[in-house]
Amino acid sequence: MWQKVFQWLDERLGLNDLYKAVLDRPEPKGNWWNTLGSASLFLFLLQGATGIFLSVYYTPSPDHAYDSITYIMNDVTFGWLIRGIHHWGATLMVLVVFIHMLRVFITASYKYPRELTWLIGVGLLLATLGMGFTGYLLPLNQRSYWATIVGTQIAGSVPFVGEFILKALRGGVDLSALTLQRFFAAHIWMLPAALAGLIGVHLFLIIKHGESQFPTKED
Amino acid sequence: MAASHNISRRDFVKLTTAVVGSIIGAAVGLPAVGFLIDPALKAGGKDAWISVGKLADMLVGAPHPFSFTLTRVNGWERTATNYGGFVLRRSEDPQDILILSSRCTHLGCQVNWREDAQVYICPCHDAKFSMDGEVLGGPPPRPLDRFQEFQVDADGNLQIHVKGG
Repeated sequence: MWQKVFQWLDERLGLNDLYKAVLDRPEPKGNWWNTLGSASLFLFLLQGATGIFLSVYYTPSPDHAYDSITYIMNDVTFGWLIRGIHHWGATLMVLVVFIHMLRVFITASYKYPRELTWLIGVGLLLATLGMGFTGYLLPLNQRSYWATIVGTQIAGSVPFVGEFILKALRGGVDLSALTLQRFFAAHIWMLPAALAGLIGVHLFLIIKHGESQFPTKED
Repeated sequence: MAASHNISRRDFVKLTTAVVGSIIGAAVGLPAVGFLIDPALKAGGKDAWISVGKLADMLVGAPHPFSFTLTRVNGWERTATNYGGFVLRRSEDPQDILILSSRCTHLGCQVNWREDAQVYICPCHDAKFSMDGEVLGGPPPRPLDRFQEFQVDADGNLQIHVKGG
């Protein structure tokens, strides 16, 4: 019965070919440093799942953002756990993505034909940092507020266009309700969409080229 | 191996995977479900006695409308909800009182008293109730709800007992 269902699906979706291409592809000898990309992907999915859950209770309004976080932490069943995972997962993701980049650099895996994979990886790193920057403001406590003041001020120190960048980031001259709202939009819609799209191409390229051989002593 | 009483390696791995997988699934899934349905598990507001006006001001034989506001804490904010109803004194006897909720028993809109037709009309789906709350027409499944418990305090105020949701 299940065999028939699977066959029906396989004929239309090509599940077997997909399995062979994605999971059964030839790999160089295993190395723990080569698992950091998968770890980043897992953390992205974990952040996505916990983030969706948090959005059930969080509200991006200056009046209630902090209250809603307090409510999640103190009153919602396992709210502390979901937010805790999101909070620490964010830190861990930046760390893992960075070590992943270092590994690729040290093993020279960015060379032909994988230059594009590297470039897209740079985009992924920037989007990940963007997630960290925008997410940091959302609890709207003192640390969030001043970190965003400083962060946007740094962006504003660019010659000539700095003033414009600062206003565009903050949605005006001050850090206001508009800042919180646009950081929220960037954090849950724009950056995740960019990340998901870039991850798709990144993974496609990895499957297409296969993983790079670890350099030997002769290299 | 087929005749052996021992479990085969393959079956052992399958069983272990299923058991460990279920434990991990429950450990992740139950907190997630608890997180989502949390507000449904919380208790509602407290019971209260609400004053709805001086009994002496209410005419016998005509519905006297009243309204009150209840405030509950929902999440991080206090939510004020308006409630209303009608006091119907059926005689001079201060115990002979019918207190109806103005919440339509169909889908919860507020009914209005129509003096000319002597009926309560619900604006949403044209439900009609008689002066003492019986269904005269439209979709409602039961008569208007009643506030069963009431008392008159020392100052002559009529008070109704409102149960927390």
